[in-house]
Amino acid sequence: MNIYKRSGKATLLLATGLAAAVSLTAGIANAADEVVMAVPTFLTGAGAPAFGVPARNGAELIIEAINKGTLPAPYDKSGKGLAGRQIKALIYDESGGGAKQVTEFRNKVQKQGVDLFVGYISSGTCAAITPVAEELKMLTIFPICGTPRIFEEINTKPKYVFRTMGHATADGVAEALYVKANMPNVKGYTGINQNYAWGQDSWRDFDLAMKQLMPSVPASEKAQWPKIFSGQYGAEISALMLSKEKLVHSSLWGGDLEAFIFQGSARGLFRKKQLLFSVADTSVYRLGKKAPAGAILGARGPYGIFAANVDTPLNNWFRKVYLDRYSVPPVGGSYQAAQGVLAAKYAYDKAAAANGGKFPSKDQVIAALEGATYQGIAAKVHMNRSNGHQAATKHMIGVLQWDKEKGEPIMTKVTEFAPDCVMPPSGINGTEWLKGGMKGAKC
Amino acid sequence: MRYVDKTVIGLSIAFVVLVFADFFMAEWMRFIGLQSLARGAVALGLLVLWRTGLVSFGHALYFGFGAYTAAMLTLIGFHDAFFLVFAGTLSAGVLAFLLGFLLRRYRAIFFALLNMAFSMILYGVIVKTEELGSTDGFSLGPPTFLGYAPEGEAVQTALFLFTLVFTYIVTVGVHLYMKTTLGSMSMAVRENEIRVEYLGYSAEKVIHVKYVFSGLVAGFGGAIIALAIGQVDPDSMANWTVSGEFVFITILSGIGNVGATYIGALVFELIRTYAFEYAPQVWQFILGGSLLAIIMFLPDGIWSLFSRFRKSEG
Repeated sequence: MNIYKRSGKATLLLATGLAAAVSLTAGIANAADEVVMAVPTFLTGAGAPAFGVPARNGAELIIEAINKGTLPAPYDKSGKGLAGRQIKALIYDESGGGAKQVTEFRNKVQKQGVDLFVGYISSGTCAAITPVAEELKMLTIFPICGTPRIFEEINTKPKYVFRTMGHATADGVAEALYVKANMPNVKGYTGINQNYAWGQDSWRDFDLAMKQLMPSVPASEKAQWPKIFSGQYGAEISALMLSKEKLVHSSLWGGDLEAFIFQGSARGLFRKKQLLFSVADTSVYRLGKKAPAGAILGARGPYGIFAANVDTPLNNWFRKVYLDRYSVPPVGGSYQAAQGVLAAKYAYDKAAAANGGKFPSKDQVIAALEGATYQGIAAKVHMNRSNGHQAATKHMIGVLQWDKEKGEPIMTKVTEFAPDCVMPPSGINGTEWLKGGMKGAKC
Repeated sequence: MRYVDKTVIGLSIAFVVLVFADFFMAEWMRFIGLQSLARGAVALGLLVLWRTGLVSFGHALYFGFGAYTAAMLTLIGFHDAFFLVFAGTLSAGVLAFLLGFLLRRYRAIFFALLNMAFSMILYGVIVKTEELGSTDGFSLGPPTFLGYAPEGEAVQTALFLFTLVFTYIVTVGVHLYMKTTLGSMSMAVRENEIRVEYLGYSAEKVIHVKYVFSGLVAGFGGAIIALAIGQVDPDSMANWTVSGEFVFITILSGIGNVGATYIGALVFELIRTYAFEYAPQVWQFILGGSLLAIIMFLPDGIWSLFSRFRKSEG
């Protein structure tokens, strides 16, 4: 009568099968003389071309150079590998959301015996990973993700998690400072930001910083909030053209940004409005001449195009090797990922030196990185926030121009901001710091 | 001697084995097992709908609703797993009950896509809500169990046991229910609705009951995953790709037996884990390829392997 009743014996089989499956315990077999470094980054999906792949390229180059011992000064005297051990890199995909990444994090730690993580681009993934990394006591370096919540809300006393670049609050402050210095007569500002976490945060921080620095300048009530990955900006461009504000803030990136630029250029938006792009550096080399000259640009720090003229052996080497191998100059993500890997190099070597030349323990590596100042590719990195786990670096904003002679985009009217000018001091929530008038900022 | 159902025996043995296994399983395996139980429970709801002849491409709606309900309750100070999971399950059930009045009138592709439409409304609302962290989501701390507050690995061990007990009860319940008159009505509705109506039953009511059930278990699965991961975000909780994964698991498992959904979920998680490990650039191809292979070679899902084995034996 019931066709499903017959399957009882099979269910017994299932029980034995499950029992067999669970008795399969982890078999971790990594060579003792190597350090296994997991490098999660976007390899598929929309985040891949703008951030994920450049970040992977940057990390890959540095890891290879560390293994061969070919890094230029100041890393030329510390020998091959991390404290003498070769890095075995596991590069894998960050896409699929927080839940999938937490599962993957556990797999990498418990099944593949990873020693440290250097990676994650999306703020959402970083937020999901932070509690797990602390729970599993796993050294984790976030080189890129921007949300201030990591050490402000999710874990205020981190032990195992580090971030080696400034967070999103610094971007908003630097942008507002730049506007104040270069557009003192601006009458108001509006924005076009994607309606998701990054877009909302970027606008909020810029808006809060503007309210402090230029309290008489009003924000538009009609800032535009297109959907992420919408790709069509006809209505938004019309609204921006009609708005009375001259200044337009935008945190668009990747394909969305490029679509917006093509559609906006065709309608003369960039002649009529002053655009301020917070992360457009990822696209300037791809767009070449089509990138809107005259737009104010940021790269979330002194990275990418802003580092084009930094004349140090490390930076010259990085740009040359990167260009030779990938046929494009390194962008922000490449620099930031490389900077994260260098933090590991610095910390392992310093810890080994303090340990009498012997390979250091995890706690020794952490102690070496906490509060340290080390040389990134483009700038010095000061690990001096959140108990020495959050970095501050200098920040740069400038105006994009096309250099006809060299045939490449360049940054002009660049202003440099000191780390303590744009990053909130230790122990205070970024939003509160902005609302309270940015007390303690040293500009 | 009174007839004892073999599926119930099988499930009970699996239950006992897993309870003991919980304490010596490798940590990563337990975590995958926990996810498989939660996702398998959602697939169980889809299986019930499927037996009624309906496929939903939108059960991430209830999954996400359950997850976010549980997570939002932690924001106002509730941390007890029993309460959070109960609230997540119930809220998703209530939502399914309300939407059921509309959805029970549709069949086939209209039913599938209307579900998807509703799930994407939830997705859109979450993404636009800055207070809930938008696409970044927000985190919730480790749960407590009636005053017992485990730390470290014990959290997962306790949560696994907790989930196991409830999925066992639900699965056995569903199995027994499917044999009652109202339960058997599923297939009757699938085969011939008009006849069902002539027999004096309302096909729409039958569907509504199944729909509410599927919403309840999806909410249950969502709340469990939220507690297990410690973070909710719309992309892994409410996006249409999540609904797709549930359909994937259901196809993988086949609808032959209620226990199959858990095996399907486990196989799905394992394929994904190993694809991630060995082919980080093309893991989606491997996932899609295995689905194609299942459809071509095992159209009735993994469960048909077991029944084949049984047939050749007998």
